Amino acid sequence: MDKPIRVLVAKPGLDGHDRGAKVVAHALRDAGFEVIYTGLRQTPEQIAKAALQEDVNVIAMSILSGAHPHLFPKVVNLVRAQGQEDVLIIGGGVIPDSDIPALKEAGIAEVFTPGTDTSDIVKFINENVK
Amino acid sequence: MAMDIVEELLKGNVLALSRAITAIENEYDNASEIMAKLYPHTGHAFVLGITGPPGAGKSTLTDKLAKAYRAQGKTVGIIAIDPTSPFTGGAILGDRIRMNSLTLDDGVFIRSMGTRGSLGGLSHKTADAVKAMDAFGKDVIFVETVGVGQSEVDIVKAADTTMVVLIPGMGDDIQAIKAGILEIGDVFTINKADHEGADKLVREMNMMLDLNGMMMDWRPPIQKVIANQGEGIKETIENVTNHFKHIEANGVLAERRTKRTRNEILDVLNTSIGKHITKNLVATGDLDKYVEQIKNHETDPYTVVASVMKKMLK
Amino acid sequence: MSNEKIQAGLEKYNASVEKTVARFPERGNLPEQRLYTPLDVKGVDEYVEQIGYPGMYPFTRGVQPTMYRGRFWTMRMYAGFSTAKESNARYRQLIASGATGLSCAFDLPTQIGYDSDDPISEGEVGKVGVAIDSLADMETLFDQIDLGKVSTSMTINAPASVLLAMYIAVAEKQGVPASELKGTIQNDILKEYAARGTYIFPPRPSMRLITNIFEYCSQNVPKWNTISISGYHIREAGSTASQEIAFTIADGIAYCEAAIKAGLKIDDFAGRLSFFWNAHNNVLEEVAKFRASRRVWAKVMKERFHAEKPKSMMLRVHTQTAGSMLTAQQYNNNIVRVALQTAAAVMGGTQSLHTNSRDEALALPTTESVTIALRTQQIVAYESGLADVIDPLAGSYYVEAMTDRIEKEAWEYINKIDEIGGAVAAIEKGYIQKEIHDSAYAWQKDVESGARVIVGVNKFQMEEEPPKGLLKIDASVGVAQCERLHAMKAQRDNAAVEKALADLKAACEDENENLMPHILNAVRTYATLGEICGVMRQVFGEYEAHVSL
Repeated sequence: MDKPIRVLVAKPGLDGHDRGAKVVAHALRDAGFEVIYTGLRQTPEQIAKAALQEDVNVIAMSILSGAHPHLFPKVVNLVRAQGQEDVLIIGGGVIPDSDIPALKEAGIAEVFTPGTDTSDIVKFINENVK
Repeated sequence: MAMDIVEELLKGNVLALSRAITAIENEYDNASEIMAKLYPHTGHAFVLGITGPPGAGKSTLTDKLAKAYRAQGKTVGIIAIDPTSPFTGGAILGDRIRMNSLTLDDGVFIRSMGTRGSLGGLSHKTADAVKAMDAFGKDVIFVETVGVGQSEVDIVKAADTTMVVLIPGMGDDIQAIKAGILEIGDVFTINKADHEGADKLVREMNMMLDLNGMMMDWRPPIQKVIANQGEGIKETIENVTNHFKHIEANGVLAERRTKRTRNEILDVLNTSIGKHITKNLVATGDLDKYVEQIKNHETDPYTVVASVMKKMLK
Repeated sequence: MSNEKIQAGLEKYNASVEKTVARFPERGNLPEQRLYTPLDVKGVDEYVEQIGYPGMYPFTRGVQPTMYRGRFWTMRMYAGFSTAKESNARYRQLIASGATGLSCAFDLPTQIGYDSDDPISEGEVGKVGVAIDSLADMETLFDQIDLGKVSTSMTINAPASVLLAMYIAVAEKQGVPASELKGTIQNDILKEYAARGTYIFPPRPSMRLITNIFEYCSQNVPKWNTISISGYHIREAGSTASQEIAFTIADGIAYCEAAIKAGLKIDDFAGRLSFFWNAHNNVLEEVAKFRASRRVWAKVMKERFHAEKPKSMMLRVHTQTAGSMLTAQQYNNNIVRVALQTAAAVMGGTQSLHTNSRDEALALPTTESVTIALRTQQIVAYESGLADVIDPLAGSYYVEAMTDRIEKEAWEYINKIDEIGGAVAAIEKGYIQKEIHDSAYAWQKDVESGARVIVGVNKFQMEEEPPKGLLKIDASVGVAQCERLHAMKAQRDNAAVEKALADLKAACEDENENLMPHILNAVRTYATLGEICGVMRQVFGEYEAHVSL
């Protein structure tokens, strides 16, 4: 049996709009991934710790409040600092195109904005997970 | 792999523990070696199995119990098991969400596992994950599973004490699971005790336990709890502690652990032999040959297996 | 004309088109029936009982007797961002360009009861709305705006009592008595648990805070709408039209029951309850939804709660166009979407309306975009003719049949929720969340399969330049806000703050005490939102979400 890819789906920050995160979690489950869903209002520290204990392959985060420039890079730094060099970290939500280069520079592998097909997210993970 | 998992794990490296459990779950080649090296460092933890039907509030209860143990200064490991979808192989592992406030406590390690469709293998993997946490130095290890089916019965075999969590208002479901419950529950917890029907459920459970003459030595206590408000947690911990002391004193704990060791040897043996033979059959091309012969009615599966066994296990 | 004759004609028609008309293969979400006839609607006999007249039970055709012949709906633009000073400037500009009501958006730390300098607020200050830490910020927010004249809606829930107290305190300083204040607080905690996520306390103390507000306002702020029971966010989270009104009305029932349990009389508070609907893309379904919702609520109030005042039975509604239907792709298309959604809300008979701006799928709206959104309302009001007669789609076979269908589906959900034990129990069990999520997932699957077309997203896509000139809130806003907070704290009478907070704590511990006067006292000493909510967190604890997928 193939080893399922483990994905942590998390909502950093304070916004409560989890429609996207839940739909993505559901779609990843249907694609055969093991999805650890941690719910709303997760601090970067909580997300990093959960990723560590769960030994996930991927962290998928969603923010709709505009706090992504602050919170996404913070998660990347914490995760790398705890020795998880290989974890694929992706982000989504209401994120202006102009913010994307800086997020990628900070270590976010890909940014998925509204209108993305969940199948594209699945494909990206399958192609890029280590 | 760059780091020495065993050495790092024993030093208290959380990532090493996490990777060790992944090796166990994914049946990596180094899993047996890791387990062999960790084994001498196990046997210190108290293992509490928690099971019950979906929606019984097991995770919330685990969260509160874990906090209570932390308040006593004990370190905690939690293995939370959720079902894998048989159709997609995927799973939503959602127990963590009820334990978010434990995440930042360095004395707690939570790991979510999917059943991954391999029920027999799961109990084996769970037991090994418990050992990894035990070797890491966790004092109390929770194994939380959904339902009270055969798979869960297997999983709680890894536990010293098994707690069954029920809630009022489950209707006919309770009838269906009663028999299994009686056999595996060392302590019973009636969660959501502020809901209608809690007292009735306690009465029913009492009656059933009284009728069950087999349990003369230990009468499982029934505790009403409102987990999300923290009510009844202290009493539940006492029940668990009493049970543990009881089985420690009367030798049942030693008996259970001996039985567990015996099962472990058999489990590992069966798995290894099976793997070994299968690998060989595939590699030599014998498997395809046998399939062809059976298809042509030249032989049958039983005869084939008997001859393979004879050849390979002499 | 007899039904037999219509039936015979219909059969003939059906037979003739079966051969010639094929369905659009790519449109998987069409109604089963292609044509509606008098056979699909209630007969004339039931007209008065089920449809009736505007301003009369069951209010299907509207809550006011003359609707927009008397005056248009309130054009209320939701705004607020960054600091109180900047938001104040935007409010004054909106009033100058013809907006007739204000609608305050608060940032997330404010909505969850944290001060701007709390570590958890990092990165969020001033982002989705204005940051309010204390009365000082509220004074700046409404500087030079006459609270005796303007009507203000505040999107605030868990800490609604604190923000309302601040508003009352600002009015006091302006010399405006509380009895003159007009406006609305959202104050709808149940949909926060179910769909929007900015909750603080567990359900029981939250319901107490809400009923405390009902009681306090009925005596002291009689013109204030004490709650806006919101389906908007339930719809945004992915529900269907029927689920939107069903879950929201179930929440409304729970609030009424809580208030009655607290000793209030239904006719003393029900007239101040208001609702908040989403105006989604399907124009006709939305119109039917508005109509059905009024009928269901009227029946709930009359038959279940035995309300006597007609005002208690009226579902008055604020509407916002659907934010989740805005696309980041070809974002100017959103102007058209918003215009259609506006048409739906107006033909549905809304009492007030916020129209979203074209760029909100990308960032906070620019001033230019907000103006277009407001102009959209004005064009619909003055030019389109849609507001010329009352309930113009009544009598449409399709719309009447759909109104009946949505009502029926809503009752089925309400009955199911009653069986579970009411809205609070249904939320605690995750039932409502699960239903919403299942609908959201089905929608996504339909979009991905192409069964549902979203122009510019899964059909008619094109390469485009990223839009320019988007509004951005930079991190310096948070830093400056924290500095102001610290300066304010250094100036205030800290002994008075501590005394007021201690008094509030004691009041929280006594279940029979109305918390509003105590919160108002604390606010007057410039105790911060975070300090006040902190005291309540200590006593009440915090809600822990239990999401199941």
